Amino acid sequence: MLNYTKKDSAERSALVVNPAKTCQPIGAMYAALGIHNCLPHSHGSQGCCSYHRMHLTRHYRDPIMSSTSSFTEGACVFGGKSNLKKGLENIFNIYNPDIVAVNSTCLSETIGDDMGEIIKDTMPSLPEGKIVIHANTPSYTGSHITGFSNMTKAMVTYLANAKAETKNETINVIPGFVEPSDMKEIKRILDLLGVKYIMFPDTSNVVNAPMTGRYQMYPDGGTPVKKIKKSGDSQITLALGEFSSKDGAYELEKKCNVPSKVIKLPIGVKATDNFIMSVLEYTGAEVPKELEIERGQLVDLMVDIHNHYHGKKAAIFGDPDTVIALTEMVISLGMIPVHVLTGTPGKAFDNKVNKILSEAGIENSNVQNAGDLMALHQWIKNSPVDILIGNTYGKYIARAENIPLVRVGFPILDRVGHSYFPTVGYQGAIRLIEKISTAFLDQYDRECAEEDFELVM
Amino acid sequence: MRQVAIYGKGGIGKSTTTQNLTAALGEMGKEIMIVGCDPKADSTRLILGGLAQQTVLNTLREEGEDIELDEIMKTGFANIRCVESGGPEPGVGCAGRGIITSINMLEQLGAYTDNLDYVFYDVLGDVVCGGFAMPIREGKAEEIYIVASGEMMAMYAANNISKGIQKFATTGKTRLGGIICNSRNVDNEFEMIEAFAKELGSQMIHFVPRDNVVQHAEINKKTVIDYDPTVKQADEYRTLAKAIDNNDMFVIPKPMTQERLEEILMDYGIMG
Repeated sequence: MLNYTKKDSAERSALVVNPAKTCQPIGAMYAALGIHNCLPHSHGSQGCCSYHRMHLTRHYRDPIMSSTSSFTEGACVFGGKSNLKKGLENIFNIYNPDIVAVNSTCLSETIGDDMGEIIKDTMPSLPEGKIVIHANTPSYTGSHITGFSNMTKAMVTYLANAKAETKNETINVIPGFVEPSDMKEIKRILDLLGVKYIMFPDTSNVVNAPMTGRYQMYPDGGTPVKKIKKSGDSQITLALGEFSSKDGAYELEKKCNVPSKVIKLPIGVKATDNFIMSVLEYTGAEVPKELEIERGQLVDLMVDIHNHYHGKKAAIFGDPDTVIALTEMVISLGMIPVHVLTGTPGKAFDNKVNKILSEAGIENSNVQNAGDLMALHQWIKNSPVDILIGNTYGKYIARAENIPLVRVGFPILDRVGHSYFPTVGYQGAIRLIEKISTAFLDQYDRECAEEDFELVM
Repeated sequence: MRQVAIYGKGGIGKSTTTQNLTAALGEMGKEIMIVGCDPKADSTRLILGGLAQQTVLNTLREEGEDIELDEIMKTGFANIRCVESGGPEPGVGCAGRGIITSINMLEQLGAYTDNLDYVFYDVLGDVVCGGFAMPIREGKAEEIYIVASGEMMAMYAANNISKGIQKFATTGKTRLGGIICNSRNVDNEFEMIEAFAKELGSQMIHFVPRDNVVQHAEINKKTVIDYDPTVKQADEYRTLAKAIDNNDMFVIPKPMTQERLEEILMDYGIMG
């Protein structure tokens, strides 16, 4: 497999080996699925749409619906206007969603299709009350996280409006590119905090919908359009994760004058505290008993089994918001993040991670944005770690180096659980600790000498 | 078969020159095909006597990929075969991709027959993207002529096009055959273009003087040779045709810096 990766890294330019990111439209489609009764639409060739759907379907193990403009050679040369126009008319006739969220592809971006103009021109021939929004998502810039961010921003651009004279007490929450289980957990925490909120997008109960014996093209979940419209009247927008949520929050600020606050994804005790305190800052309420208990249980667990992970070295990779929060979390467990890498480009990643590391007094770690898994593997060869935390693509490195892999992030194509059990909030932190410590102990049980094999650990 | 691509600044007279030149070559008994590589599809009007031609891409759009060659190829003056690649309306789609598509389509349909002596590609303006360089890719035109005049912007464009040719020439067989001066009656134009071509390491293959008969012929949807084979301008195009037919100077151009280009303009434009 990866047994031949060399320890010495050569200077590389214009070559990515085993990328740590994927296409913008994947993130855009995922965000679009977080709108109730929404059909994502891919403006490009069929292959893009098929691949993006397949990737999402493999991660969520639920059928992901999306239509395509089905570009041919002719559409490429003459522009995709007639394909999109006809496509939208067909979609509303046949599949009848409330809203279609169009994302572009590399092809339609390169030929320069003006999707805004096409949509405007098509609206009169669509049934009354239907909505079409679009986001530009060329995959040669950014990553799937950028695509998620762009589509979330498009929701604001197209839908949000400020109707009331004064802002109401509602808090907007943009949850970032996280699992449906995480979105559900964020809502549960907000409910416990007794706050009125609008969260968008919300993929819970869309991409992890129950088996009912009856096929439902648009599952019950997703943020209703009318709620996104109302987000312009809220008092504040909390953007969880700078890379995936900031642009949407800033757009709301620009368009509807709703102030914004960008915080980390609530992964780990510190970031979850910060999330809860940020909400309470605007409601003035107290931390509810239930959350205090959960936090206490988390801290109890951290103390109980700190010997399992304290001082262990970790390599963390994946999407920037997740990795930034995970870095902070593993430090709080006493672990040392030696290698921290994301495939998504952005210097803000390096700055944030380096700040977290230096505040913890950790020196000489490797930190890189726009990196790839070959670079990560070479780092690990030069400076070995005890554990790898990241998505499924890390399994090749884990196997080559015989280190445990804890699967967190997108995509997870070979394990289940992420759709149902969160990693955010205190509960999510408890689950992460369980996964990390189990990974260490399983490896120890499998490989330790017989005289070291213990019943109680 | 010699495949020739004609480049030059927009509006310099590429299509007019190409059609008058091919008419002269046709008169000499050569078998010729013109491939218009411009979305405006006006590269074969004079040869076809104004006949509006169905473009490759329009046919592709309307009929699908199952196209017969005679739907898109028309024969005009001196038995010259004419094809227009066509393209999207201004501001939409991708004209560059259109050229790639239509040249591939012509190859598939067997338009490049062995009895052809010349294939001429009449390409729009600058080599703005990969598609417009399709005619000079491996296995296509190996000879390029740039139409220019003694005006600054025409020479600037010609120099830019040379940069494109240089890129392709170092890895392939594409070479610059010369500069065709399509005179605009600029002061000292002959000497200036001659010096300019020499600086590029090439030659001015012919100086085509300005003559209103070209416009008269155009209004009548004809090339000069077709319109009035006895006029002096017809002989100019015959001379150009002979020069190209006998040409053996094919070079990798050496594009010059902006400063050097301006020096030449100063030397010949003002001082001369």
